[in-house]
Amino acid sequence: MSIEARLPPPQYALRLKRVLGGKAGWNGIILQILFVAALAWVGYEIVANVRTNLAAQRITSGFGFLNNTAGFDVNQTLISYSGSDTYSRVLIVGILNTLLVSVIGIVLATILGLLIALGRLSPNGLLSRVAGAYVELIRNLPLLFQITFWYLAVLAALPGPRQSISVASTFYLNNRGFIVPRPVEEPGLMPFLIALGVAIVASIGLRSYARRELFMRGHVIRIWPYVLGLLIGLPVLSMLIFGAPVIFEVPVLKGFNFAGGSRIIPEFVALTLALSMYTASFIAEVVRGGILSVHKGQMEAGLSLGLGRGTVLRLIVVPQALRVILPPLTNQYLNLTKNSSLAVAIGYPDLVSVFAGTTMSQTGQAIEIIAVTMGVYLALSLITSAIMSFYSWRLGKRLGA
Amino acid sequence: MKRVTLALTLALAPVLASVGAQAETLKTVKDRGMLACGVSQGLPGFSSPDDKGNWTGIDVDVCRAIAAAIFNDPTKVKYVPLSAKDRFTALQSGEVDVLSRNTTWTLSRDTSLGANFAGVTYYDGQGFMVKKALKVNSALELNSASVCVQTGTTTEQNLADYFKANNMKYEVIAFAGADETVKAYESGRCDVFTTDVSGLYAERLKLANPADHVVLPEVISKEPLGPMVRHGDDQWFDIVKWTLFGLVTAEELGVTQKNVDEMAKSDKPEFKRAFGTDGNLGEQLGLTKDWFSRIVKAVGNYGEMYDRNVGAGSKLQIARGLNQLWNKGGLQYAPPIR
Repeated sequence: MSIEARLPPPQYALRLKRVLGGKAGWNGIILQILFVAALAWVGYEIVANVRTNLAAQRITSGFGFLNNTAGFDVNQTLISYSGSDTYSRVLIVGILNTLLVSVIGIVLATILGLLIALGRLSPNGLLSRVAGAYVELIRNLPLLFQITFWYLAVLAALPGPRQSISVASTFYLNNRGFIVPRPVEEPGLMPFLIALGVAIVASIGLRSYARRELFMRGHVIRIWPYVLGLLIGLPVLSMLIFGAPVIFEVPVLKGFNFAGGSRIIPEFVALTLALSMYTASFIAEVVRGGILSVHKGQMEAGLSLGLGRGTVLRLIVVPQALRVILPPLTNQYLNLTKNSSLAVAIGYPDLVSVFAGTTMSQTGQAIEIIAVTMGVYLALSLITSAIMSFYSWRLGKRLGA
Repeated sequence: MKRVTLALTLALAPVLASVGAQAETLKTVKDRGMLACGVSQGLPGFSSPDDKGNWTGIDVDVCRAIAAAIFNDPTKVKYVPLSAKDRFTALQSGEVDVLSRNTTWTLSRDTSLGANFAGVTYYDGQGFMVKKALKVNSALELNSASVCVQTGTTTEQNLADYFKANNMKYEVIAFAGADETVKAYESGRCDVFTTDVSGLYAERLKLANPADHVVLPEVISKEPLGPMVRHGDDQWFDIVKWTLFGLVTAEELGVTQKNVDEMAKSDKPEFKRAFGTDGNLGEQLGLTKDWFSRIVKAVGNYGEMYDRNVGAGSKLQIARGLNQLWNKGGLQYAPPIR
């Protein structure tokens, strides 16, 4: 008679329960299934109800309208567009205009916000009070009001096209916008771009070589004269061999407006200005909070090593502060993008204006258009979030190491 | 963003709430004791509130006439000011019973919005206004001009078509509201302001110095403006349609606000049919026998309504033109009440 260890009962039910129900057990599974089912049912009911009711009221539905001719014009398009293009192209034009104002706004707001935060933290009393006043003034005024203010202020201050402020008869400023010469492609463009690309790649290579030398062997190599030589020399060489990359088309007053040249419309200027100034006041506070969250001993330690204030900030304080700064900074970027929809108040052709505005009233398909518009904003926000999370993750890895 | 949210709420409201009551608009209105009427956010002559919140205008009078026909009281109207963009959604969602908001009758609007045009209150057309200082005499001289326009209207398409057909370039700046559009035009952002001609006259009154601006002679489109109702309720459609026809008929018959009681005693058969002393035409509409005199008592006949709001008796001073009766060289014509 042998003694065998008795096998534990298989307890299949328990294992299944653990896999499916988590800690909550069977009740948890049932609740989860019921919840998902209820959610699916509600979703189905909404869609089905919408479809039946739209059909009953004989309201056109579906996305077929996207292939119809739009028949209206837009005054700022990043891709070629005319009234004979389709509504789907209007959608793209709108998205690009929203993106343009958001990206430029984010860049400007970040730079301005950083400067104001540093100003606020500066030991210079005047500077810190001015920065403080900026923050308190700008963040406490409604954004729509600021946008309208900049728009009307910009417009009122500028003369009509015939009395334009002109710089060397090539740049013109008037209440129709800022008109600059437009570059027109020449045969020399390709070689020029290649030369520039080579110069940039070579410079980056030089820099990483210099850093390696510095960290590994302690050699300090001065690379900036070579970088400068590369960045200027190579393109100039290509211009000498292949000719000018572009020629500039100079704007000329013709009829009511300028013909030729490129134009930055006042709506864009006002919107970008208002958005970036407004968001900068919040970013300044975020950055200030982040920097203050780094123990002051870090700054003192840096200073006692003989480093300058700027160097300590750049190399020691800001990298640590960034971990605190990034999540609320992302919020501000998302806010800026969404706030750009206020463009409709001053006639800037953003997504809401051309798509959720004109297109909606021409087709009357509110549900589809609002759904698409919401989808676009959601996608833009999620992409921004993803980029910021990635950056934050990489930063965490670098700091954590 | 606020507009979007509003539009969305409006769009989803009916759909989620499942529109069961839509076929009985008259009953809904009677139960509520008020007619919900969609009007503009302020267009002098058509629908605009005064400083006490009283609405006046030709579109408002249509609402008042309908309310009079139903309740014998033209004041039983709830006015819902709507932007050009939100107006159809408000009608579809049942927020308003009738949309009387200088809206152009087009095929696509008649078919794809789930709504019907009940007639034409005002025959309009799109025109241009410029500053006199520009010394422009014709719309054909507008090549390369900047044009301010209100978004969400047929105006944008007409504008594109006109400039394309005449091989002219232009820049369009589209604003959400009428006031912003006019302000941008006044500030010099645009050379030209375009909308329906009646609208140009109305907006010109709001400018700092109306005499400095001129409406160009070209009328580039047909803009028949009229009230809209939802699809699927033919009785309500008939009521709104025949309220308009009633107004025109009154002018044809020479019935005015003043002489309506006298005229009601007339022995002529067409008068007897209209005033309900003979037959039951009012009941056939779902109204009362005296629907016709109720309307005229409330707002007068079409001609009186026109003069008071946009014509000789108003600040706008727009000539009758196309809006004259058919037998006087215009287009206003009503089928017989019989």
